[in-house]
Amino acid sequence: MKVITIHKEDWAGGLERLYDSFRLFGPVKQDEFHNFRELVKGELPDLNLLNTRLSAKSIIYPQSEKMFEFTLDENRDDHHILKEIHKDYSPRAVIGIRPCDVRAFLLVKANFDTPEYKDPYWIKSYESTTFVGYACNTPCSTCFCTTAGCGPFHEQGLDLLLVDAGDHYFAKIITEKGENFLTAAGWSSEADSDTACDKIETMRQAAEAKITTRIATDKLKDKNTTELFEAPFWEDVAFACINCGTCTYLCPTCWCFDIQDETFGLSGIRMRNWDSCMYPLFTLHGSGHNPRDTKMQRIRQRFMHKLKYYVDKYEDGIQCVGCGRCIRHCPVNIDIRKVCDLMNGFET
Amino acid sequence: MLAYIDKIKEISRRLLQEGKVDMVIGFRKGTVPMMNEPCFVKTPEDVDNLVWDSNCGINLANYLTNRKEKIGIVAKGCDSRNIVTHIIENKIKRDQLVIIGVPCKGMIDRHKIEAMFETEIENVIEVDDKINIKGEGFEKTLDKKDVLQDNCALCIHRNPVIHDELVGDLVEEQKDVDRYEDVRKIESMSPEEKWRYFDDLLSACIRCYACRNACPLCYCPTCFVDESRPQWVGKSIDPIDTRTFHFLRAYHCAGRCTDCGSCERACPMGIKVRMFTKKLEKDCLELFDWEAGMTLEKRPPLDTYRPDDPDDFIK
Repeated sequence: MKVITIHKEDWAGGLERLYDSFRLFGPVKQDEFHNFRELVKGELPDLNLLNTRLSAKSIIYPQSEKMFEFTLDENRDDHHILKEIHKDYSPRAVIGIRPCDVRAFLLVKANFDTPEYKDPYWIKSYESTTFVGYACNTPCSTCFCTTAGCGPFHEQGLDLLLVDAGDHYFAKIITEKGENFLTAAGWSSEADSDTACDKIETMRQAAEAKITTRIATDKLKDKNTTELFEAPFWEDVAFACINCGTCTYLCPTCWCFDIQDETFGLSGIRMRNWDSCMYPLFTLHGSGHNPRDTKMQRIRQRFMHKLKYYVDKYEDGIQCVGCGRCIRHCPVNIDIRKVCDLMNGFET
Repeated sequence: MLAYIDKIKEISRRLLQEGKVDMVIGFRKGTVPMMNEPCFVKTPEDVDNLVWDSNCGINLANYLTNRKEKIGIVAKGCDSRNIVTHIIENKIKRDQLVIIGVPCKGMIDRHKIEAMFETEIENVIEVDDKINIKGEGFEKTLDKKDVLQDNCALCIHRNPVIHDELVGDLVEEQKDVDRYEDVRKIESMSPEEKWRYFDDLLSACIRCYACRNACPLCYCPTCFVDESRPQWVGKSIDPIDTRTFHFLRAYHCAGRCTDCGSCERACPMGIKVRMFTKKLEKDCLELFDWEAGMTLEKRPPLDTYRPDDPDDFIK
């Protein structure tokens, strides 16, 4: 495994060079918290962070994404014809993304990139992106990644793992994309691989030791879906829920969207927007019937999807990477760890 | 305020034992610092789950809408005013409720406190009027009055305006509070400055509707932003649609908002959502001498007409 040492004094210069070949995205602090956005030349990602408020999912899958445009002007030959909107799929790199958020893309991929269905926008975005993960030395008390199929130094889905080692970063090369990124930056000082890997391993263990909350998911698969669906605890779980979209919008693994046409005079666009299973319109049928008419049904859907249906369908663990955003920012403190325990421990 | 908890439990237990209520709505201890979770208890045994401290900022009147049971509800000043509003608006009946009044000295602002520290806050302990904050490698004690939610710092109705039980002596109301300094500042801006101000204010909005859904006033069966036939408002994060949502929601709250601060507390993006509702609250006070939720005896200004209503705006 090749590890490159990046001295911090070479950081800004390397990034400067990267702008020639990549669009760079990184965490930036606005007001009181960090979020990802595209960096402008000369701007540095702010790596002094716990994690971003919103996950990185919008870099690949924007909250509102224009798909087609059309005209309703019948004097034009192309009226009522959907035309694809040109989008920029030039190479981009996300710097400072936590391993949990990168692993999340792999869970989402199970939905957007299947043998049967391919979502062109998501796939093109994803494939044009280099993920420069930022190992997490300071996990939060709400992080439970180590029991959610992930971890603070988890490498799955990463092209490069950046580890903060004081006056320098270690950049562990995981894929060819990662290697190309380093080349474009001109960072080439190879570290002694064994020593660097030992150091990284020590830091990984220290970070993992800081993660004290754990969830048990071992029994979810064997539970009877209908019994879980009808479990008596949902009323209690749902009571506080206000059915806002905070949990789903902050979640790196929530993928649901809604497609809308918007017209302005005679021209219009077709776009897709994030949707949320918490919303009353989410599964409202054209007939007016809604199979998930109450908030209890909606919150149950969220947890059943993440912790049961996904588990059964994809056989790749739960649809959650343990980032803890939904726990920290739920306005009424609904805690997925508690719900997971209830589900995993449920006996009829 | 911590002393209230024994009293809350005692009253709740009694109400449940005597069959006076089917459930008590209150708070249980949260799983993260500075958060409690609204909950219900239905049996005397479960009463011990209830807690009370300065992290009970969510307005519990929101949980009463259209309920059919007999309910005991823990209510601080603002909750009680929203209960009044709910009764006036026929969302719950007075005789369904046993209101357990909590004289309140304000709730602490978790957004504000989190922003004071670079690293994670791991433990928060409240003793009297002090808030002790601990995290890895730091510890700090803050005066509660310095870290109150903005609306609590300006609150002039800390005591419940309506109650059947009371968990402690009434607290002294804050006097000589200038409630609208921030609103006046915006009022004095030029139209361009105002536009910029509101654009900036809303730039972080993700349309999650936490503000709307945490609000006891927002109980419409279908909110105007969710209407699809016709669809009034676009669903993307286009700034025009986002503005439309916030402005219209605020107008729907005119003469009804009690400035409980739930909207702002709930916002995951830290938007000062109250800046919309406060202007309307100020207008209602100045034009109609009206404060929402203070009495069951009067109709709110926007559903009554008086010949002497101000009409200066008609040119």
